[in-house]
Amino acid sequence: MNQNKFIETFISIALGLLVGALVLLISGFNPVEAYGIMFKGVFSNPKYIGWTIIRSTPLILTGISVAFAFRTGLFNIGAEGQFIIGSLVATLVGYFAKLPPIIHPIVAILAGCIAAGLWGGIAGFLKAKFGIHEVITTIMLNWTALYFSNFVVFWKPFKRLNRDASERILDTARINILGKWKASEAGKAFLKNNSFLKDFLNPPINYGFLIAILVAILVWYILKNTTLGYQLRAVGYNRDAAEYGGININRNLIVSMMIAGAISGLAGATQVLGVSRETAVLAAMEGYGFDGIAVALIASNNPIACIPAALLFGGLKYGGSKLQPTIGAPMEVINITIGVIVFFIAMPKLIQMITSLRGKKRGVKVEDTK
Amino acid sequence: MNKINFDNKVIEMKNITKKFGDFTANENIDLTVHKGEIHALLGENGAGKTTLMNVLYGLYEPTSGEVFINGKKVDVTSPNIAIKSGIGMVHQHFMLVETFTVVENIILGMEETSNFGVIDIDKATKKVEELSKKYGLYVDPNAKVQDISVGMQQRVEILKALYRGADILILDEPTAVLTPQEIEEIIQIMKNLTEQGKTIIIITHKLKEIKQSADYCTIIRRGKKIDTVKVDDVTEEDLASMMVGREVSFKVDKKDPEIGDVVLEIDKLVVKDNRGLDIVKELSLKLNKGEILGIAGIDGNGQSELLEALTGLRDIESGKVILDGKDITNLSPKEIMESGMSHIPEDRQKRGLVLDFTVAENMILENYHKEPFSQRGRLNHRIISSFAKELIEKFDVRPQNDKQIAGALSGGNQQKVILAREISNDPEVLIAAQPTRGLDVGAIEYVHRFLVDQRDRGKAVLLISFELDEVMNLSDRIGVIFDGRIVDIMDAKKADEKTIGYLMAGGGAEDESE
Ligand SMILES: Nc1ncnc2c1ncn2[C@@H]1O[C@H](COP(=O)(O)OP(=O)(O)OP(=O)(O)O)[C@@H](O)[C@H]1O
Ligand SMILES: [Mg+2]
Repeated sequence: MNQNKFIETFISIALGLLVGALVLLISGFNPVEAYGIMFKGVFSNPKYIGWTIIRSTPLILTGISVAFAFRTGLFNIGAEGQFIIGSLVATLVGYFAKLPPIIHPIVAILAGCIAAGLWGGIAGFLKAKFGIHEVITTIMLNWTALYFSNFVVFWKPFKRLNRDASERILDTARINILGKWKASEAGKAFLKNNSFLKDFLNPPINYGFLIAILVAILVWYILKNTTLGYQLRAVGYNRDAAEYGGININRNLIVSMMIAGAISGLAGATQVLGVSRETAVLAAMEGYGFDGIAVALIASNNPIACIPAALLFGGLKYGGSKLQPTIGAPMEVINITIGVIVFFIAMPKLIQMITSLRGKKRGVKVEDTK
Repeated sequence: MNKINFDNKVIEMKNITKKFGDFTANENIDLTVHKGEIHALLGENGAGKTTLMNVLYGLYEPTSGEVFINGKKVDVTSPNIAIKSGIGMVHQHFMLVETFTVVENIILGMEETSNFGVIDIDKATKKVEELSKKYGLYVDPNAKVQDISVGMQQRVEILKALYRGADILILDEPTAVLTPQEIEEIIQIMKNLTEQGKTIIIITHKLKEIKQSADYCTIIRRGKKIDTVKVDDVTEEDLASMMVGREVSFKVDKKDPEIGDVVLEIDKLVVKDNRGLDIVKELSLKLNKGEILGIAGIDGNGQSELLEALTGLRDIESGKVILDGKDITNLSPKEIMESGMSHIPEDRQKRGLVLDFTVAENMILENYHKEPFSQRGRLNHRIISSFAKELIEKFDVRPQNDKQIAGALSGGNQQKVILAREISNDPEVLIAAQPTRGLDVGAIEYVHRFLVDQRDRGKAVLLISFELDEVMNLSDRIGVIFDGRIVDIMDAKKADEKTIGYLMAGGGAEDESE
């Protein structure tokens, strides 16, 4: 069964690349050349691999956030807003709090998670209390988060002069791997002789990736092995039966959205502490949350599978960004190509998910895929 | 006996084998059905009846074997092919769109269109009305499916198949969810259909219905065909023993009850239905330790709402429920359960099971948070699994695999999982709603024994069932519910079917109001 799924995923990736090639061809670009550039753009230099990992890290987390909520029967479109809140709060703590290293990032991350968890919890609460659908509330909360974040960034003591961004976080709050050492004399000397490490460490490599992997394992473990996970899954699969079994539906809806929010918030926090070091004024959504939906879809809502799914997605995006300077493909064509590829990878899963949901409603037995 | 044309074999299934992984659900089954015949399929829960029909209807591909329809070999790889070959199927669980009207459901996927692809509802309605007149299948074409009775939904399903030109109808347990009156209607409908040259294959666990309606009966046991018999030549007992492989007793053996103190007291209970109207109206009832109290009544007189109110799934407007001296009015389902009440729900797929969970996970649905199944929030899979295996063994759930997804179990085995779980709670009060719906006679005997055993150990059982036979056989006292009230309670020994039937239809209530 697992092998089947694997082959299925593989075929859809191949199919996606094929149709993506068609898009490139129609737009007048040589797909072989373009894919070649993308591939090289990801793998040809340790530096690029580093960047791919950095780009993928927030997607792993927002992917897990969406997947987790979906396992409870909730559609978390709000990962985007939760991400924004997580970054904002982490930046605030990273800048204003005066704390020793190690403690500082931990506090900043926790604060970001808690704030985003509460933010997600709002949607859960509105659903539990008034039955308002989470899709609607989370979309509205996304915009609220965006404007709220901009509002705070414009707050005098926080805003950096002459820049549309907040102040940078203090060095004590950063989570870069070997960040200090890289800049030190000894580090520079060492890296001079070790070109692989030098290239790999050139981008802001940080602990975010490790945190994301830990979270994936943790979430998988919670879903499978804890009573909390049992409850959440029961509510996700069959609310009526869960209620009958004495499970408190409303509490679980809220808890689920809070956890999902906290995970997206973590994505925002690690992004700030590890990469951007600031919160910029946003004109539009950055799309981490929406990409998370695609990642969750590719991963069939399995938290562990979100890691390769996000790497694939992040790789495509990062590799795709190299097409513009090289063959002059406009960003739109690149985005359409990536979109088509992801669409084809996610499509069978989406259909499966919809049919299994419908089948469940009607109580049809689903034939075992052996 | 119908006019059967023995020269015309409309269905011939030869050597059908269907495997799910290592499990063989059908093993070399042959089935022959002639034109104009009503052919019953009989077998225990999980014997493979539904699977065999799913193969015929193209939902499952057989592992090996051949299907001939009207003498021609057909590869039924999809329901579309089956429909084109004149086969229609009404499933064990209905497949209607609740928010659509009857006509919309019937024409779904086969819409009559006028110019520009606009659906011609009037034309379709006329066609449906013609069909329904021809076969005596009364429906209200413009009613929404969610507003019509289960019996009418069934007729809609049959019309849907006929509308698609079905000559051969497969009915999978059509009577499991019907009231006795509706069952008589559907038997009449089946006879009308065969008189007009249709052929019917019916799956049912009710031997009485087979005797009443079918011409031939094929018995399947554990995936293998045992025999095809002419129904007139055999008795119900014969059928039962062929199906189970041993003698089955239809009578419930039980000693006189030792009735104890009152354990559940329902006082002037008022409950509203989904539309916000009072449906349980100041209902009062006392249940004693050591007795089975059966509630007889026609569907829709407040039974479902009463159950839900008692178990905490529906709000109680006024009145009181006292369990063992403790007021449990409007407590949460969990608190009620912990006060000593368990509940076999009437809709097993909606309430009773999480179909995507394994059997083991379902077995702990109410106790997952307790030791030894979990400690400090961590599930103990090993203990859960061995607990589930024990229950599977004890209740004869097939297949004996605790990792099986509950949705892949046959209907009857799903019911056994729920029973096992609820009875293992060892409740003071067990509320059993339609506990034997969809079960084979062997399993029914078994369930009845369990309920009686529960009562013999001094526990109380509140039985709610639309099967009058079951209520009369099993209960020590019988209460009749009509229009949200208990209109009479009588000693089961002194009760007779006629009086109860009269009360169920509202006879007693009219007397009272006079
Ligand atoms: N999709 C499936 N995957 C795995 N096993 C299955 C599947 N469908 C059915 N089975 C197994 O095949 C056996 C036969 O099931 P089937 O539904 O045909 O029984 P049935 O005779 O209709 O029983 P019932 O009277 O309880 O409805 C059962 O043991 C069931 O668990
Ligand atoms: Mg069946």
